[in-house]
Amino acid sequence: MRARLHRPDPRGRFGEYGGRFAPETLMTALEELEVEFASAWADPLFVGEYHRLLELYVGRPTPLYPAHRLSERLGVEVWLKREDLAHTGAHKINNALGQGLLAHRMGKPRIIAETGAGQHGVATATAAAVLGLECQVYMGEVDIRRQAPNVSRMQILGADVIGVASGAGTLKDAVSEAMRDWARTVEETQYVIGSVVGPHPFPWMVRELQKVIGDEVLRQSEQLPDVAVACVGGGSNAIGMFWPLAGTGVELVGVEAGGEGIGTGRHGASIGAGSPGILHGARTYMLQDDDGQVLEAHSISAGLDYPGVGPEHSYFQEVGLARYVSVTDREALDGVRLLALTEGIIPALESAHAVAWVAREASSLRHKTVLINLSGRGDKDMEMLVERL
Amino acid sequence: MSDHERAAAARMRSGAERIADLFSVAREEGRAVFLPFLTAGLPNPASSTRLFAAMAEAGADGFEVGIPYSDPLMDGPVICRGSEQAISEGATLDRSLSILGEVAETTGLPSLAMTYANPVFRRGADRFCDRLAEAGAAGLIVADLPFDEAGPLGDAARRHGLGLVLFLALTSGYNRIRAVAEAEPSFIYAVANLGVTGERSEWSSRVERLVEGIREVTDIPVVLGVGISTPEQAAIAAGLADGFIVGTALVRRVLESSDEEDAARSLAGLVGEMAFAARR
Repeated sequence: MRARLHRPDPRGRFGEYGGRFAPETLMTALEELEVEFASAWADPLFVGEYHRLLELYVGRPTPLYPAHRLSERLGVEVWLKREDLAHTGAHKINNALGQGLLAHRMGKPRIIAETGAGQHGVATATAAAVLGLECQVYMGEVDIRRQAPNVSRMQILGADVIGVASGAGTLKDAVSEAMRDWARTVEETQYVIGSVVGPHPFPWMVRELQKVIGDEVLRQSEQLPDVAVACVGGGSNAIGMFWPLAGTGVELVGVEAGGEGIGTGRHGASIGAGSPGILHGARTYMLQDDDGQVLEAHSISAGLDYPGVGPEHSYFQEVGLARYVSVTDREALDGVRLLALTEGIIPALESAHAVAWVAREASSLRHKTVLINLSGRGDKDMEMLVERL
Repeated sequence: MSDHERAAAARMRSGAERIADLFSVAREEGRAVFLPFLTAGLPNPASSTRLFAAMAEAGADGFEVGIPYSDPLMDGPVICRGSEQAISEGATLDRSLSILGEVAETTGLPSLAMTYANPVFRRGADRFCDRLAEAGAAGLIVADLPFDEAGPLGDAARRHGLGLVLFLALTSGYNRIRAVAEAEPSFIYAVANLGVTGERSEWSSRVERLVEGIREVTDIPVVLGVGISTPEQAAIAAGLADGFIVGTALVRRVLESSDEEDAARSLAGLVGEMAFAARR
């Protein structure tokens, strides 16, 4: 097994994956961003300010909670990393604040973001408000409908939410539209990308800003778990937990969206059922046809409804640092109910995928300790839950 | 030489050489090269070639033939809509490459494929170039392939005698200009506006500085594109650079046409005016 990489190679590659397949207009900004982030990340003042905000504003460290009743029910010792308790309700704030601080440091007065479930949009709108930046968020029209509460939250926070009608009107289209905006406004705008996707340096930078999750786990556990599980859309919460644990002997499991079932073709399992290609600036596993046309993903959870995955996950999969599985929409819904009834926690539909995998595999996980990254809370999904549960 | 002999002689030359010929002839004649862009498969795969033929008659020097793609990151709403329509009308990759071949054959003009990285690498750089060369394409342009990632495709293109085009933008600094020049593309596509393809009313004064910056480093032909939609803008571009590309304004005309006949007429009208502007 090859080791995790502290930094991608000079071309932005994690092994065969990653890189910088972007329009020329963005290339200078990407080069600058890499230099600026590397310098900020080595600057004790910047890192100190980031950690001060994480502690006093976000409420970190988030608890590592032993889920006794769930453990009893499943016959598996389950721990939850409570990212749902972070300010704004998901891990996304770790990244949005870091990139917001960077935009501030670089003197860019405006930030833009894409959002699927709306959690990254809310986190970015929040970062913009607290740092005094102008903010616009691109969101697919379909997602605007299914995650309505988050749209209102962004608007109350002063962000402008721009609906994207192209394509399927979901996360992929929102990313494309944000990149188009950035190509037009690159000189005064920072694109705060929401996951470990996109051209270099985004996958590396977002991982660095999310690995606080796994770093805390290392500090909080007297004994490391046997297995660590996280849902994977683009994969930012997963890489944030996996990266510090990679190579420690903990088995890492990423759970992709199985949608209506892999066999139906309506899913978001880029690693499980896709192939390597180039999407949103990086070479990575993705859903595509024989002509290289990008296929539409499907998931009940907007945050996993994406036909690609962060390039570092493609690398983790290839070198065996993690394995990737999937659970269906139905299983995820059951995961929500299970966690709600046993622990009094309504998880985000995204995070419920990780819960559902543990529930499904409980017999093979017996006598093991399993850590689930509970990446977000389910308030945003109430309408869907009322309808489907 | 008769037209027939000239056409036969042209076929003996590689795609990259035919692109070079285009610019050297235009330089001798003291004019700019005009390369209209149109998506293959518009308004439908069966009548697409005919629209290119109409543009050839109206004075186009060569073509950028757009291979419709599901996620065209560098394109604005009009070309995106064109791509969607072409795909839904049945313009698969193979059908699009066949149309490119028909365009090259029918018009005899150097025709370049305009595509995105994923369809190229999905098929494999070498196989893709092989198919392009077989179809009679002169070269290719890959919108999301900066020179940093273009090495393997450049090698494949060279093996098949195709010209590869590389981009520079208003945001590109000296180091990037140098690096692109060293990669020796068939021509440099200088992106004349920030943002994606589409019509612009304003013409950035920075275009002039970009072209000058490139000229100080290399004499590789510079072609301006993105945001050129009127004959007035075409005339300015022709005065600044070795050539110019017009896309959105043409795609819009096709999308807004009532039928194929109307589209051909409408395209010929605008291309005629633009070609006149290219004479400076």
